[in-house]
Amino acid sequence: MAKVKGDIIIDIEKCKGCELCATACPQDSLELSRKINSKGYHYIVKIEDNCTGCTNCALVCPDGIIKVYRKTEKKKEHVATIQNVTGDITVTVNS
Amino acid sequence: MNEKTMTVEEAQHFEQILREESICTNENLVFEVPDTLTDNTMHYCPGCGHGVAHRIIAEVIDELDIQKDTIGVAPVGCSVLAYNYLNIDMSGAAHGRAAAVATGIKRVLPDKYVFSYQGDGDLAAIGTGETIHTCNRGENILIIFINNGIYGMTGGQMAPTTLVGMKSTTSPFGRDVETMGAPLKITELIAQLPGTYYVTRTAVNSPNNVRKAKAAIKKSFEYQKLNKGLCFVEIVTNCPSNWKMTPLESNKWLEENMLPFYPLGDIKKPSN
Repeated sequence: MAKVKGDIIIDIEKCKGCELCATACPQDSLELSRKINSKGYHYIVKIEDNCTGCTNCALVCPDGIIKVYRKTEKKKEHVATIQNVTGDITVTVNS
Repeated sequence: MNEKTMTVEEAQHFEQILREESICTNENLVFEVPDTLTDNTMHYCPGCGHGVAHRIIAEVIDELDIQKDTIGVAPVGCSVLAYNYLNIDMSGAAHGRAAAVATGIKRVLPDKYVFSYQGDGDLAAIGTGETIHTCNRGENILIIFINNGIYGMTGGQMAPTTLVGMKSTTSPFGRDVETMGAPLKITELIAQLPGTYYVTRTAVNSPNNVRKAKAAIKKSFEYQKLNKGLCFVEIVTNCPSNWKMTPLESNKWLEENMLPFYPLGDIKKPSN
């Protein structure tokens, strides 16, 4: 199975700490920070490194401050098989 | 505290390592804020559904590439400053008269995409006449109706869409049907009119509902391009401040109380 890795960037200065994204996250990787931003709101931070880039947090964010990145690491493709049976080398290339 | 000074070379090396490990590059970008949404911080309360509604409108406008050809009409209410956040041509309207102003704009400029963005106090109480007659005439516009069951901007008074038993500043003991009447389902009401083409009800409380709401708005703009007639999209949202709840509680309350009374789904589908 291809491995999916995601990451998000949060604009903490615009965050109002409503926590809707933390509830929507299926991986539970978001939490409210103890620190506050310049407007006095506690902001959301990513605490776990298990993001899959599902975009749920960004979809429910009322202030549109989350950018989502996703990278799928493809497994190594089977390109060619080399057989050495009779001494002659046979190469089969997958189409 | 241990502090270590870093030389420029070390800092550059460190930055390079971070950049190699990070997947935050443009080619991996799967979701970003649409261009049509401006960089201004929204004035809405934390957790308010208006922000999501604005963003999905901006996303649809970007996807259809109609930013230059779209004209919005903002209502009176919390979203009166919608033109600060949507980077398109917008007009204001007197309280409740957004549908009438949108009619005028669409008739003068029939090639433009025109939509009005109205709350429940604006559309269902003060502008009931304008709304019903615009729908009855079948003007080729899109009406986006934000229903949170309360007057938000003026401080939480009872609206026609307030649920039975729901407390507000003008119904402190809960809405009583005998003296205050039953909640008005204006979306079902206008769906009966022959002028409307597509009438639907959506919500923005969960990721799935946000996707459905966006699809409904996109469909409506596509119908408008084909001159099909009036499209009406109701979005059921929350109002944490005036419901006196936290954003999370308000979304839960919305699911338990608002959605059973205002069921989601298409109310009038195009016949063909």
